[in-house]
Amino acid sequence: MTEQLWQVHFKVHRQRTGGKPYVRTFTLDVDPEEYILDAVERIWALHDRTLTYRHACHHSTCGACGMRVNGREKLTCITTISSVTQNGGTVRIDPLRNFPVVSDLVVDMGNFFLRMDRSGFNSVAPLAAACLPYEQPLTAENSIDHEPERLVDCIECGLCISVCPAANTDKEYVGPAVLASLHLMYVQNPTQEFIDQADHHTGLWRCHSAYECTEVCPSGVDPAWRIMDMRKKVMSDRIKSIFRPRSSEKKNAQPA
Amino acid sequence: MEEGGDPHAELDRIMKTTQPSAIVIGAGFTGCALAYDLAQRGFAVTVVERGELASGTSGRTHGLLHSGARYCVTDAEAAIECIQENMILRRIAKQCIEYNGGYFVALDDADLGYAPAFFQGAQNCGIPVEEIDVQRALAAEPALNPKILAAYQVPDAAFDPLRLAMAFAASARQHGAKFNTFHDVVGFLRDGIGNICGVSAVNRHAGQPVDFRADITINATGAWAGKVAEMAGISVPVRPTPGVMVAYEKRVTQRVINRLCEPDDGDILLPQRRMAVIGTTSFEVEEADYIPVYPDQVKQMHQRAALLVPELENIKMRGAYMSARPLIGGLMSGRSLSRTFKCYDHQTDEEVNGLVTVTGGKATTCRVMAEKTADLVCQKLGWQRACETAQHPLADYHLYYS
Repeated sequence: MTEQLWQVHFKVHRQRTGGKPYVRTFTLDVDPEEYILDAVERIWALHDRTLTYRHACHHSTCGACGMRVNGREKLTCITTISSVTQNGGTVRIDPLRNFPVVSDLVVDMGNFFLRMDRSGFNSVAPLAAACLPYEQPLTAENSIDHEPERLVDCIECGLCISVCPAANTDKEYVGPAVLASLHLMYVQNPTQEFIDQADHHTGLWRCHSAYECTEVCPSGVDPAWRIMDMRKKVMSDRIKSIFRPRSSEKKNAQPA
Repeated sequence: MEEGGDPHAELDRIMKTTQPSAIVIGAGFTGCALAYDLAQRGFAVTVVERGELASGTSGRTHGLLHSGARYCVTDAEAAIECIQENMILRRIAKQCIEYNGGYFVALDDADLGYAPAFFQGAQNCGIPVEEIDVQRALAAEPALNPKILAAYQVPDAAFDPLRLAMAFAASARQHGAKFNTFHDVVGFLRDGIGNICGVSAVNRHAGQPVDFRADITINATGAWAGKVAEMAGISVPVRPTPGVMVAYEKRVTQRVINRLCEPDDGDILLPQRRMAVIGTTSFEVEEADYIPVYPDQVKQMHQRAALLVPELENIKMRGAYMSARPLIGGLMSGRSLSRTFKCYDHQTDEEVNGLVTVTGGKATTCRVMAEKTADLVCQKLGWQRACETAQHPLADYHLYYS
């Protein structure tokens, strides 16, 4: 961290529940290596106690502090001020898109979390499954009394949904995180249930491959790759199904 | 009531069968676990929290599910509480815990000198502890400092802080508890004879005042418990005691790595997702709302981390943050439940009825803090229901939003 402080103007989206949005500017002297969330917390603590925002872990494991910083989706707890502005510069802070704004920078994650739940998303996985299938699994000598495990990468921050152009035009689209979750679950447990949930016009086939989700994901989930890989798995399943005896019941898959 | 019946018995019957109500101030680990415990015992529970769930100390915890070994020499009572709760949480909160165990490693002769007391202490506290051959430990964790002199294995784990709070909150909601996040408590409501009968709050989303009423109010605001109690004219001797944590871009071990020494700065390195997180320091502050991250403390953590895992010297930092522990000081005659946390019935100490404060403790022991606090609340209200929170897995954390 440097000794030199910068003066930075933070233009913050303000909005009471049901009220009209407006922008309020706060000018702060900051250490350029501080994180955006530190500045937001300081605005609340020292300048304006009415400011609302979500946060919890401050080190990118909880996913609560996603916002748009200068128009770009960021996990604000690990985004340094120097990475988005300069001395004397301006930083615009807005709530995530494609979620209902409750107030100021707080969006309603409820519908998204329930979709994640319906996808079967499990926060802990065996170490090998927690990594991306194309990665070398992280080294682990297996002298633990059970298979090593870890918390999976997706922190349900919603950045991928905020940035997704398809989610912006179709509220029914389940979005990248949910599809990435279905892929993660299918890789661990290849059952028809996950194929059926993903193989839907508001699921896998709504994505139009903008790859923005992978671009903004702060956690290494690579949702775009997972969506494309899931499409391959679904197509492979469809081809295989030609050779399977037909079920008398018509499939009636529901989106997650 | 039949004529000639005993009015006291009738009153007693009504007291025992009418659903009691409780307000919990604070939705950190303690508040969420307490809301679950009380709701499960049949209370109508209202949680009032000024920010998001776990937006104070809880969310910013290191994320270590203690085996208790860290305290087995200096504070056996806390150590025993930790191992008991560790075993319970790994059963009921498996959904948000990486359960890979932990090592205590000796780096110098002083550490080695601590080893016998450590081994004995852990055994005395009922913590499963096993000495691991150094070569085996290095094979299991190749990133460890190759110069380690001894290694002991204990049942530590790493957890996801927000999701642990959400799992308790989801369970509370399934038992009918209502959560009012972004509601700032600004004062206490009193009835005609001065008893506390609720809180005045401001809905921060709408900027509107709102009152909540209940039979009893519990101040579960941790490091802020003193400030909240002050609104009722009561002094609670809690000192916000922050420490710094530094997260790195690489997960360098699978297990929690502790330095084999008395609790010290930067003595715990734990894996979390793709990260490694080192902590922590300890100093007192007056005001816990905003605590800057001090660069010299970050530097100190960096040096300590590299002692345990040398490659961290050259790994990029991902984040640095402060978390304010609620440390209990002073000599107040509070109802001491253990050295790790305290529960104050303000009726006995200050003759203010209707308010209980719980503070202190650690994330690992949040469930038992809630249990003991709910026991006290039940006793005060003459409500006889046993705690069952250790017996059932928590609801899926996503269902907080159901």
